Amino acid sequence: MAEAEFEPQIVAFTCNWCSYAAADLAGTSRVSYPPNVRLIRVMCSGMVDPIFVLKSFEKGFDGVLIAGCHIGDCHYISGNIKAEERIGKLKSLIHTLGLGDERLRLEWISTAEGGKFAETIKELVGQLKQLGPSPLRKEVRA
Amino acid sequence: MTLEDAVKETKAYYCLECGKCSGLCPVSRYNPAYSPRVMVEDALLGLEDDLVHNRQLFSCLTCYACSPKCPADVDYPLFMQKSRALAAKDGQQGDCAHSGVLQSLMRLMASPNLKQKRLEWLSNGHRTSDQSNVLYFVGCAPYFDPIFEDTGVKSLDVARDSLKILNSLGIAPKVLPNERCCGHDLLWTGDTENFRRLAELNAAAIKEAGVKKIIFSCAECYRTFKKDYPNYVKIDCELQHISEFLSEKIEKGELSFKEIKKKLTYHDPCRLGRHLGIYEPPRRVIESIPGIELVEMKDNRAESLCCGTSAFTNCDSCSKQIRVERLLQAKATGAESIITCCPKCQIHFRCAMVNKGEVKGPDVEIEVVDLVSLVAQALGGKSSE
Ligand code: SF4
Ligand code: SF4
Ligand code: SF4
Ligand code: FES
Repeated sequence: MAEAEFEPQIVAFTCNWCSYAAADLAGTSRVSYPPNVRLIRVMCSGMVDPIFVLKSFEKGFDGVLIAGCHIGDCHYISGNIKAEERIGKLKSLIHTLGLGDERLRLEWISTAEGGKFAETIKELVGQLKQLGPSPLRKEVRA
Repeated sequence: MTLEDAVKETKAYYCLECGKCSGLCPVSRYNPAYSPRVMVEDALLGLEDDLVHNRQLFSCLTCYACSPKCPADVDYPLFMQKSRALAAKDGQQGDCAHSGVLQSLMRLMASPNLKQKRLEWLSNGHRTSDQSNVLYFVGCAPYFDPIFEDTGVKSLDVARDSLKILNSLGIAPKVLPNERCCGHDLLWTGDTENFRRLAELNAAAIKEAGVKKIIFSCAECYRTFKKDYPNYVKIDCELQHISEFLSEKIEKGELSFKEIKKKLTYHDPCRLGRHLGIYEPPRRVIESIPGIELVEMKDNRAESLCCGTSAFTNCDSCSKQIRVERLLQAKATGAESIITCCPKCQIHFRCAMVNKGEVKGPDVEIEVVDLVSLVAQALGGKSSE
């Protein structure tokens, strides 16, 4: 079984005002990044309810990325600060579950950072390949 | 299972339509739209659709305040459990508190391949042993603490204090590195499929552990193992709630306490009280600590009032009102703290004190302490609290 054959599946919740636009920019600037990610556009990283993340793992995703505006730039003032707090708690739950907290990642990516967006995905895919598939792949059904 | 089976098994067909249940139900008191009698009637009329789509189906606390008073001996909470399983098959679910995060964690724990890291709270001060034939069942405390941080609850201290007590009695129990949620909340919200998986995983781990006895500090885990697991799996062990265990030890004179000067009241968790009939052991334990004055709330023992939310579902303003009523009963006794032995009662009570809502309600501030932590404190040394 070649480890290299494993293609991690990632779901990314990206804020409408920055990271989603950054993904767009990556596209229009023809910066390539691995196709392992499904983007879900949200209005703000602060609206990513913990259940979105847990449900993603339940569905068998190997990794979850939440990307928002840099601190201070949130269009709803403090959504990203709330996100940061929430993700911290979620990471500890993911850790206790034994999934490995690297599977959950929070990143601040501005509209201008198409390159950073692509880099983040690349890095995460690499990390998840090393980590292997989620133990929950195709097992738990809600 | 069909609706007919549910009606038969819970003896709902005996219902006399007397309305006693609706009359004494704490939920109906604050939420007139909720009527246990009407739900039984719907079932008897074969209106399964109405029943499973009733928005109130998940409002019942399954607190067993009604059934013992029912002249026809209808097991109403069990009827709810079964009806919810039917509703779940139809895709219905309650309005899960915290957007269903707790239920999701429980479903995740039902995955056989999971290798949890749930024992990181153990410190060098705790003695556990893989050889022991006594198992301490920890419950979901490792997950509660980060979720309910804002309420100041420290569920893991209950686990730490339980170990401290067992150690001081010369017992270094086994703890399971990959213990799963007992599944209580999934069972009571209708997800019997994942409940079964959790039960099977726990049963297998316990069998492998080869223990003779399991001690629980959580009233819900205990109820689930005692009453529900036998319908799904076989567990060949003696099961004991830590209050029963401690009460025995006290009777045999194996435990002695230092003085704690305090006036306390005891809240019977529904699961330990009305579900299992355990009222006196926790009280005996509290009263054996010198200096403690135990005072009773207006509603106590079999008449105890539920903490207002169960299975982390349908927590609403009505639940909050029940909770406030209970906390006011506690305050009226003049006690300094409420003792309970269900981590969830503690979480819900503390939440009511933190989340006061927009209108400043009555002062419900009172310390909530787990029985185990009280005992650990009375043993001397440092309690984890
Ligand atoms: S108390 Fe019993 S008999 Fe009376 S309405 Fe309720 S379920 Fe029916
Ligand atoms: S179990 Fe409790 S909440 Fe449910 S109907 Fe009976 S009294 Fe009401
Ligand atoms: S009382 Fe608080 S902690 Fe309990 S279910 Fe309701 S919101 Fe959650
Ligand atoms: S608007 Fe982008 S993080 Fe809040």
